[in-house]
Amino acid sequence: MQDFTLTQILTNLLIATKWTIALSAIAFVGGGLVGFLLMLMRISPNPVLKGLSLLYIEFFEATPLIMQLFLMFFGISVVFGLNLSTWTAASIALTTYTSAYLADIWRGSVEAVPRGQWEASRALGLGYFKQLRKVILPQAVRLSIPSTVGFAVQVIKGTSLASVIGFIELTRSASSISNVTFQPFLVYSLAAVIYFCLCFPLSLWSRRLEKQFSFGG
Amino acid sequence: MHQPAATTATSPPIQDAAPIIQVQDLEKWYGKFHVLKGCSLSVNRGEVVVIMGPSGSGKSTFIRTFNALETYQKGRIEIDGIHLTPKMKNVDAIRREVGMVFQQFNLFPHLSVVDNVMLAPMDVRGWKKEKAKAIAAELLERVGILDQAQKYPGQLSWGQQQRVAIARALAMQPKIMLFDEPTSALDPEMVREVLDAIRSLAESGMTMVCVTHEVGFAREVADRIVFMADGLIVETATPEEFFTNPKSDRTQQFLAQILH
Ligand SMILES: Nc1ncnc2c1ncn2[C@@H]1O[C@H](COP(=O)(O)OP(=O)(O)O)[C@@H](O)[C@H]1O
Ligand SMILES: [Mg+2]
Repeated sequence: MQDFTLTQILTNLLIATKWTIALSAIAFVGGGLVGFLLMLMRISPNPVLKGLSLLYIEFFEATPLIMQLFLMFFGISVVFGLNLSTWTAASIALTTYTSAYLADIWRGSVEAVPRGQWEASRALGLGYFKQLRKVILPQAVRLSIPSTVGFAVQVIKGTSLASVIGFIELTRSASSISNVTFQPFLVYSLAAVIYFCLCFPLSLWSRRLEKQFSFGG
Repeated sequence: MHQPAATTATSPPIQDAAPIIQVQDLEKWYGKFHVLKGCSLSVNRGEVVVIMGPSGSGKSTFIRTFNALETYQKGRIEIDGIHLTPKMKNVDAIRREVGMVFQQFNLFPHLSVVDNVMLAPMDVRGWKKEKAKAIAAELLERVGILDQAQKYPGQLSWGQQQRVAIARALAMQPKIMLFDEPTSALDPEMVREVLDAIRSLAESGMTMVCVTHEVGFAREVADRIVFMADGLIVETATPEEFFTNPKSDRTQQFLAQILH
């Protein structure tokens, strides 16, 4: 049994943090793109598009993320005979999860834009997509920034669940390091500090944005 | 039922003879609620029609059918010869002809005053920026806000915001302007500046339909006053007749209330 220095432990944790950040970024970018389309479907007057989007959003919001990860990793291989790498499974699961929540957050922001904005732009003859692009979305984006940034924190913490399917990120790495060092308290404390350093600035920023935008400024 | 045209004595040029707005027996329901129970109105080119009536009588709903902000179930609407069907065919063509000013202004808060005015001309009419800018400047000058052009709506008084809203609607060069209680949300000291802007627009020959409770304005500017109650047009009269010699009991009651 060899001794591990604090530096060694920290170095290993930070290497794993890279993957936490990468997975979060994939989930956020992918989830943002899919979420935007879902939001457009959700607010569209077409009942089929609306219904499909609603079903998707409800499914991913009403089931635990950990279950979604299991389903993605084991379910796909059982049902389709495909073996997904942990990377692929974790990326897809976190992307779908993120897209559902972002779609819902953004739908809320679009709906928070006063009806009069739709009416005035319609009366001026703008078509639906022009209304969205020029009048509604610019206002909705401002309304949604605080909760979108706030949700990024949930995504970063959510990536820790990808450890259950063997994806090696910060949490998984912490657990293996503590197994060999027999210093779980130290290792998990360090991991917690790293999560905190990732998330806290985002939380702060989100709270500041919330204040900034709450007076319609 | 056809409403008589306001003036038959002086003969307008022949091509202008047809009313620019023709609404016949319009009926609309909100679910089970029969909000318009057969309203007919024709408005000639250059005519100013003021609609009055108690709150909830369907005035807003009625004029909002003219630019298809509301659908209708029965009747017929023709705007400048274009048939606006209940299925909303020809909506785009109609909205280009009809400008609207709302009680709550509804300016776009994320755009500067001048961008508010330029948006539709550029995006709907496809004008070049220079042309849109020139027209916007001219219109803002006309409503007396040119010096505020670079500000955002939130930095303006409500009276100024409403004047910007008028300029914004005019920028599309509509043939008809609809006003839905344009001064009801304003503090008393701001009512005048907005009414003055509307009055000068009327004097320039714009066809207008205006829902308002401003008696002085109606008396002075309206060619005709339409009185609505409970989803019906109860009475149509010149301002003179309307205020001094109203025919129906319902109108008399209403006037007693607002004139006390
Ligand atoms: N979207 C709607 N759904 C259901 N009822 C409505 C709606 N809009 C207006 N109404 C009802 O229709 C009636 C007429 O409304 P409105 O046209 O706004 O009247 P006015 O402008 O004369 O005050 C009112 O009783 C109002 O409650
Ligand atoms: Mg009204």
